Amino acid sequence: MINAKTSERIAKMFLISAILITLGILGFIILFILINGLPVISANFLFKPIEEMGKSGGIFPTIISTIYISMLSIFFAAPLGVATAIYLTEYTRENYLTKVIRFGADCLAGIPSIIYGLFGFVFFVIYLKMSWSILSGALTLSIMMLPTIIRTSEEAIRAVPYSYREATYALGGSKWQGIRFIVIPKAMPGILTGIILSIGRAVSETAALIFTAGMSIRTPTSIFSSGRTMAVHFYALAREGISIQMAYGTAAILIITILIINIFSYYLLFRYQKKYS
Amino acid sequence: MGVNEKIIEKTIYFLAFSAIFILLLITIFIFKEGVPFLFNYGVLKIIFRSSWSPSDQEFGIFAMIIGSIYITLGALIVGIPLGVACAIYLCEFAHKRTRLIIKPTIELLAGIPSVVYGFMGMIVLAPIIRSFLGGSGLSILSASLVLGIMILPTIISISMDSLMALPKTYKEGSIALGATTWQTVIMVLLPAAKSGIIAGIILGLGRAIGETMAVIMIAGNSLKIPVSVLDSTRTMTAGIALEMGYAIGDHRMALFAMAVILFIFILLLNSLVTFIFQKK
Repeated sequence: MINAKTSERIAKMFLISAILITLGILGFIILFILINGLPVISANFLFKPIEEMGKSGGIFPTIISTIYISMLSIFFAAPLGVATAIYLTEYTRENYLTKVIRFGADCLAGIPSIIYGLFGFVFFVIYLKMSWSILSGALTLSIMMLPTIIRTSEEAIRAVPYSYREATYALGGSKWQGIRFIVIPKAMPGILTGIILSIGRAVSETAALIFTAGMSIRTPTSIFSSGRTMAVHFYALAREGISIQMAYGTAAILIITILIINIFSYYLLFRYQKKYS
Repeated sequence: MGVNEKIIEKTIYFLAFSAIFILLLITIFIFKEGVPFLFNYGVLKIIFRSSWSPSDQEFGIFAMIIGSIYITLGALIVGIPLGVACAIYLCEFAHKRTRLIIKPTIELLAGIPSVVYGFMGMIVLAPIIRSFLGGSGLSILSASLVLGIMILPTIISISMDSLMALPKTYKEGSIALGATTWQTVIMVLLPAAKSGIIAGIILGLGRAIGETMAVIMIAGNSLKIPVSVLDSTRTMTAGIALEMGYAIGDHRMALFAMAVILFIFILLLNSLVTFIFQKK
């Protein structure tokens, strides 16, 4: 039998190699995309319309669609998610109803995006006659974001010490005043973290958007026009082999956006946690 | 308490049910499109026949179910050891500072769009597999490797949560008895955190079986029942996404029927996870 010290050393080596493999793959993906994609990016690439289905021109319309869709879906999802979190933390105890709400949110988190795509297609596009549009896409995405926003807001609100609420009441403030003026502002960095991470989800989503926001290559003029986001455009470029160069460029923009979003949200979270611990 | 306050309270109360309301809405609309077809055509005929040819009214999805199962199992084979090992290292061996840096970095994996994973599989992994192992490279093996990486963040973060939730005394007691950290992990901590880790694995499984875009790009999408890991295959999700764009009539309903089967399976997985956490 190998002695305990040797097995400890072997185990540790195995565990460290797991970490290194994981980090290595992550680093490889990011570097591979950036090294191949950054040379493609230029002012023309960013600000010109799509030409020849993406073979030439730029990706300007997809940037606009991405901004529209992510902002609009946050606009729908944030109030719903934060309200749910306020209800779960401030207005009720753990009981049957909260269990049902949590179960609902957990299920929403587990549903594959292709099923959201089908739902958005039959419900928003066909049943509510919104057709393939930024609006249908954003509504579909807002549902997908809901669980993340609920969870992060709930954690942030719970982290606000109870004494803050008591101080409000002692000063004659009502429950809602306490929530509105004390609890929510204190929990804001945490809530924002959830919202920013959800924007990341909107930026990277494809399956749910193809059948709801459509694949139009034109710049959307209103929330009722169809439009493809960067991720959807990248998919079309890569899978149909339209232009590998343009695909690399688009992927690089996607990766840079995701990096900024993640770094910013961790910065917020880190500062927030420091304040309370 | 003013009238306004009451209205606000009622509104919040009402909005809090949006998640469950939307879940119901999704269930109703997916089922409405898919369930009638499931029964008209015959559940068993759909699930256990493998001939899928919408133009001849053949809607057997057996091959796609097998495709989904193979790729999901493959992803778990890759993802479980790697993910649990990362979680153990970060929780029990790494310094707190290392953990604070590595954990958010690993979570970046969850932020990378699935189309980018698919692209990497197509452009980097498939050619490697093609030249070393043969076949087209677009295969169960490539898809499993890529999906295994994609489910890592889920497995790692939930395994870490359940390891971190264990009382410190477990570890201290074991170390005090003269056990090494590794012995403590194997004999005390892993058994104690078992249910949480299993929940993480189930959620990872759910992600793998539901993944669509990456799989479309790397699994090759063949409709034959695969016999080796180098064979190309089509998953249920890929089947839906590839044909939804132009499907009409029975064909479209058949795709929704497939979505119903997938949906029920995912809900069962989620109920299982809720049950596991509640038992704790």
